Amino acid sequence: MIGVLALQGDVREHLAALTAAGATPRQVRRPEELAEVAALVIPGGESTTMSKLAIVFGLLEPLRERVRAGMPVYGTCAGMIMLADKILDGRDDQETIGGIDMIVRRNAFGRQNESFEAEVDFQGIEGGPVEGVFIRAPWVESVGGGAEVLATFDGHTVAVRQGNVLATSFHPELTGDHRVHQLFVNMVRA
Amino acid sequence: MSITPASTSNSDAPATGTARVKRGMAEQLKGGVIMDVVTPEQAKVAEDAGAVAVMALERVPADIRKDGGVARMSDPDMIEGIINAVSIPVMAKSRIGHFVEAQVLQSLGVDYIDESEVLTPADEVNHSDKWSFTTPFVCGATNLGEALRRIAEGAAMIRSKGEAGTGNVVEAVRHLRQIKGEIARLRGLDNHELYAAAKEIRAPYELVAEVAQTGKLPVVLFSAGGVATPADAALMRQLGAEGVFVGSGIFKSGDPAKRAAAIVKATTFYDDPKVIADASRNLGEAMVGINCDTLPEAERYASRGW
Repeated sequence: MIGVLALQGDVREHLAALTAAGATPRQVRRPEELAEVAALVIPGGESTTMSKLAIVFGLLEPLRERVRAGMPVYGTCAGMIMLADKILDGRDDQETIGGIDMIVRRNAFGRQNESFEAEVDFQGIEGGPVEGVFIRAPWVESVGGGAEVLATFDGHTVAVRQGNVLATSFHPELTGDHRVHQLFVNMVRA
Repeated sequence: MSITPASTSNSDAPATGTARVKRGMAEQLKGGVIMDVVTPEQAKVAEDAGAVAVMALERVPADIRKDGGVARMSDPDMIEGIINAVSIPVMAKSRIGHFVEAQVLQSLGVDYIDESEVLTPADEVNHSDKWSFTTPFVCGATNLGEALRRIAEGAAMIRSKGEAGTGNVVEAVRHLRQIKGEIARLRGLDNHELYAAAKEIRAPYELVAEVAQTGKLPVVLFSAGGVATPADAALMRQLGAEGVFVGSGIFKSGDPAKRAAAIVKATTFYDDPKVIADASRNLGEAMVGINCDTLPEAERYASRGW
């Protein structure tokens, strides 16, 4: 069972994309719901809000433990920020779950007027570039030895995988192109 | 003009201001609370409390009501001060039909423009052409036809209007129930009936047919106007709002920081009465409310826009 962290953000789109990729997803808002899932998607949304709610409702430590224990996780946009070991341009008190040895810069591609869509070549995904929708998107400033860069755009890293943890700056869930979700579902089944 | 999202272009050049990027921005705000703020300090309080965005304006609706006169776009200095104070998205209001105020807001780099009935309308016939902007727009609606007309003009997000600055949730409930009820009715019609339905609610047929098929608006639907307590926010979510705007309700209350955080919690756990009960404890004074049935017609903001 794959969960979608449902504290805030585009949860419905991820539920739909996972379903289209052959999974039967459910929402996760409480520690006991987290305990029942085998894998987790962290959606797009506002990372400061998500981080705050994860602390208030006692989810942050259980999330860190599960990721350390090897649970497959996929984060988009705010979800990528939550999975970074270190962030830049965040709030001073902003906590992340971590899991990927990378430094992520929040809102690196700019404010909403700079939000854009473009095709992105994605290593390990066949059938041509994926549709990338970037909304006030972060980019990966640098990665450590254990992390593998899967996609770049305009010279910036926008997709990374380390072990069972996958992250993209962009939002495949907002498109009809479910290949990144399929990649994650295959990771969960492997 | 297009009333459906543009698809990704085949060129390598990044495309900004597409319908998908504009509507997608609102999708990221779902499950969250957008708070009215009038100073950088208030904006920080809102961000600390977990707001997903702030609405920068010179006076909250309760004060606009009290002061009277013409309410206009806020001072660019004040909006920039708020943009620089926080890292979350910043929205700002233009008058209905005042596309130059909207151009100014776009040039300031706000993340969303609210073409708002809370300000004094600048045009009594036309709303702004929202397709011509890179910055996305949110607009108010009291019923489905109004929502779809705004979407046809390019709005990328809809909020039910409610009655801003009253601290009374009754109109927010009325408008959201109206929109959801009309969507449910469309679902029950067959293809032959949709043409007449479109004519009846004065909305483009293509959008009416899309809503009839999907059972939802093509853009995110929030609720606004009169939300003052955690239970109010949860009520709007249980009625089908995907998030809430809170205007005067926070910074016109006794303990804004605590109330703001409480409304954020209740918006996420809108279906869990225990969480809402805990969030509702010891919040201090709520804003003083106004009974909407005692408001003279000229002071009803919801009837502005058409």
